[in-house]
Amino acid sequence: MSGSIDIRAAEPRLEYVLRLADNALVLGQRLGEWCGRGPALEEEMALVNFALDLVGQARMLLSYAAELEGSGYDEDDLAFLRDGMDFRNLLLVELPNRDFAFTIARQCLFDLYQCGLYGELERCADPRLAQIAAKASKESRYHLQHSAGWLVRLGDGTAESHRRSQDALDRIWRYTGELFESDDVERALVAEGIAADPDVLRGEWDIQLDRILREATLTRPSDGGMASGGRHGRHTEHLGYMLAEMQFLQRAYPGATW
Amino acid sequence: MTQTQTNTAVIKEIWRLLQSVPDPEIPIISIVDLGIVRDVIDEGHAVVAVTPTYSGCPATEMIEQTVREVLDDAGYADAEIRTVISPAWTTDWISDEGRRKLREYGIAPPAASAAGGRGLFGGAGLAIACPRCGSTETSRVSEFGSTPCKAHYQCRACAEPFDYFKCL
Repeated sequence: MSGSIDIRAAEPRLEYVLRLADNALVLGQRLGEWCGRGPALEEEMALVNFALDLVGQARMLLSYAAELEGSGYDEDDLAFLRDGMDFRNLLLVELPNRDFAFTIARQCLFDLYQCGLYGELERCADPRLAQIAAKASKESRYHLQHSAGWLVRLGDGTAESHRRSQDALDRIWRYTGELFESDDVERALVAEGIAADPDVLRGEWDIQLDRILREATLTRPSDGGMASGGRHGRHTEHLGYMLAEMQFLQRAYPGATW
Repeated sequence: MTQTQTNTAVIKEIWRLLQSVPDPEIPIISIVDLGIVRDVIDEGHAVVAVTPTYSGCPATEMIEQTVREVLDDAGYADAEIRTVISPAWTTDWISDEGRRKLREYGIAPPAASAAGGRGLFGGAGLAIACPRCGSTETSRVSEFGSTPCKAHYQCRACAEPFDYFKCL
């Protein structure tokens, strides 16, 4: 199995599971880049532990996706052999880590989104997805506790940490619109009681985020032009570089195992 | 009748065998005491249901391999290992025996029930007792310790640094 695999025009459920899986996988890989570079040992361990949780969630989701897809692929095939335009992740998660403030701000916005999303999916009509969601939901809540705690500490910290956090938030904001977009795939699954309704998620996300930002003395950026396209394989240039590193071994030595 | 009796004995024997399988990261405690073994079921052949602690727990596969070896060595090659993720693992499933062993080993066991919600990694308001001297005059050094499931604490009474098993 040396060439790329291509899962286009997937049926809605498979498409949706791949979107969830790719968000977890791509952010897990990003956070893993902090290994050996954290601002303090404890923080490095925290970020890398979150990376582990996300990769674990991605594995469960990709295994399920592979079963739904049905041509005999496994989780590794889907992670390592798909090309960038076949990844469905949000642009938010593929952005480079930049500094600690940026990583924390992105993490907090994403964790908040995941908490709402998996909280809904725990009760969804697809039993397998509901089980994975129950596990991921617990993990997202403790990730949020950590990332929100740091965002408050940085925002309400020194002039420098405040400036960097506000700057991070301002830079990230244009990637948040995509979190709550909907399309035919999601609308069909919402109707079936499988997907979470983005409008419902948005309401709760707004309320919780405003609460965190108030405590962090940070200003919520105003909504301007929003970037979009990740769900449909239209990515920033950053994803390609990440995949080149993440997939290198399996591409250079197809089927290599430990 | 004989069949059923044999199977009951097999299930019992498998439980006994699993009781001897240590957790790879905290070898003082068995996977049964840690609550990782959810059940041993008779489906004509024995089915061992195991659950991961954390989604990304690197020990999950090693645990499965060890269980496989133990079962094969004892002549239960037909026994099946099944991973179940629901309901999600919680520290509430650590047995009393497991908690006692953790303490003896120098790890403070989870202080609250995760079921109430309050326990979920909060920990901040909870009195964590030092596993060495028992004092609750302890402070958290880091939310993350030697493994994802533990936080790092220090006792202010006897100065012992120790791991605390977080509530999840």
